[in-house]
Amino acid sequence: MPKLNTFQWAGLAAFLFAVFFAVPAFVAASGRTDLYYTLTSVALLSIASAGVWLTFYIGRINIGQGAFALIGAYASAILVTKAGMSFWLSLPLAGLFAAGVAILIGLPILRLRGVYFAMISLVLTQVVTLTALALPITNGAKGITSIPLPGAVSVFGLTLIPDFATLENPRLAFYYTACALMVITFAAMYRLVNSRLGHLCRSMQQNEELAASIGVNIAYIRIIVFAISSFLGGIGGAMFGSIAQSVYPSSFQVADSVNFMLNCFLGGLGYVFGPMLGTLVLYFGWDLLFELGRYQLLVYSGLLIILMLVLPNGLLSLRLGKGGGQGR
Amino acid sequence: MSNLLEVRHVTKKFGGLTANNNISFNVHENEILSVIGPNGAGKSTLFKMISSFLPTTSGEVLFRGERISNLKPHVVARKGVVRTFQETTIFKSMTVRESIVVAQHLRARASLAGYFWGTKTAHEDVDSFGQYADDLIEFLGMTPIAHELASNLPQGNLRALGIAIGLATDPQVLLLDEPFAGMNHDETMKMVNLVRKVRDDRGVTVLLVEHDMPAVMNISDRIVVLNFGEMIAEGTPSDIQNNDKVIEAYLGSADDEIGI
Repeated sequence: MPKLNTFQWAGLAAFLFAVFFAVPAFVAASGRTDLYYTLTSVALLSIASAGVWLTFYIGRINIGQGAFALIGAYASAILVTKAGMSFWLSLPLAGLFAAGVAILIGLPILRLRGVYFAMISLVLTQVVTLTALALPITNGAKGITSIPLPGAVSVFGLTLIPDFATLENPRLAFYYTACALMVITFAAMYRLVNSRLGHLCRSMQQNEELAASIGVNIAYIRIIVFAISSFLGGIGGAMFGSIAQSVYPSSFQVADSVNFMLNCFLGGLGYVFGPMLGTLVLYFGWDLLFELGRYQLLVYSGLLIILMLVLPNGLLSLRLGKGGGQGR
Repeated sequence: MSNLLEVRHVTKKFGGLTANNNISFNVHENEILSVIGPNGAGKSTLFKMISSFLPTTSGEVLFRGERISNLKPHVVARKGVVRTFQETTIFKSMTVRESIVVAQHLRARASLAGYFWGTKTAHEDVDSFGQYADDLIEFLGMTPIAHELASNLPQGNLRALGIAIGLATDPQVLLLDEPFAGMNHDETMKMVNLVRKVRDDRGVTVLLVEHDMPAVMNISDRIVVLNFGEMIAEGTPSDIQNNDKVIEAYLGSADDEIGI
């Protein structure tokens, strides 16, 4: 079992301090409350990207995370608006529902490898979008709107989470929620990658036949990993729906699925924390290039290509410490 | 001597081509049996069917009286029949020790969730994996390269690593796919000794598929000869060397590159 060294503990403490204290303090001082929305998005997108990263870890190129984010968003929205369920209960259920769909879809398609899996996964987002347009329960193109903000959670009269609608600044509340979820997600990912499941994933990524020959049930591991991946997609999507208070068939598109994958590439496929860094850099990179107007996409794409040529193992291959954890 | 593995009337057809026709033989407990034959004789196909990497068209393979053909490969491995691969089928970006630790999957007692939460059983498993890996590495004489990345190893060591990965599963039968291919005389002799040691010291029954005649004659207790998908002979190395059909199969046709 991996133990963190002093350097890693310090890094973790600094990161938590930055996320939960420094950033809110900076925003309060500078008055740039729009940063909350941006950073909340980054946190949520990085959760969904973490899922994509995990499918990369078993050697599958997953360009379909948008599908599961959309499924999660709709599942939560429907549970909250139609069944009157608390958002906090609908959140894990949305993740589980996305995971369940992933198991059904994964059973046939996870047999495919390489570009074949990538191409099928690319279609998934479109399929879910079209399904959402067609089904009565998702309300077609009109989508689901006016989703109430997350309500209060109290245990034995003690309020653990206040009702977001009564808060003066729900943006800050969403920021904290998203960051907390992100920290939990990446802590679990780090643990998973350094546990036996992570080692088996690595063995499958490197050689599925050999993994099967040593008695690994590769079909089972693939399904489990794809389900976890889609669970994270579902959670990210459900949170987005709740923040926007609406879900449309176009809430997550093929381009989003591609971005989830790019986040992983950019951060580094060998590092658990790659998707987090990748999401942050890509999201802010795009915004920073806004000034360039119509050349934005051109410069952005060009920079991405250069980055991938220069740093094929991702930004984290530049890192100083060994916080990434390659499953050693 | 009891029959550990029984190959019964195994046939494999690929469309109109019969790769194996009605092959039957037994592997005894604790012996080294080689399957030989000229190129295209159907050795590899037979090998894959025994390890369930290919389904049979008809016939079956029994291990201790239980059918192991037409199953999933990992199920066969679980029963104790484990194959190795030719050449470079290894975990490239793992070290020798990491590969051997991962390969002990079948010895795990804790569940995957148990490892995630770090239960007591999981901790015991991890310690035991490390211990077992170190023992196995020492047994195979791989201590100097234990922490080398597999992708940095020369070919001879790679083959040994393949066997180490197979042995890490604690198998009862080890199926070796051309363990001597592409090796010079010295490397071959080292490998012959290693395979013998695996059988003698660990009590593992070995079935191997091979081209290298001198090595096969040296190492095998018994030999099965295939030609054009048919089994043409079975017996001890000296029986095989004097078998007319075998001599004809190897020397009679101008296309084959290997002579005895």
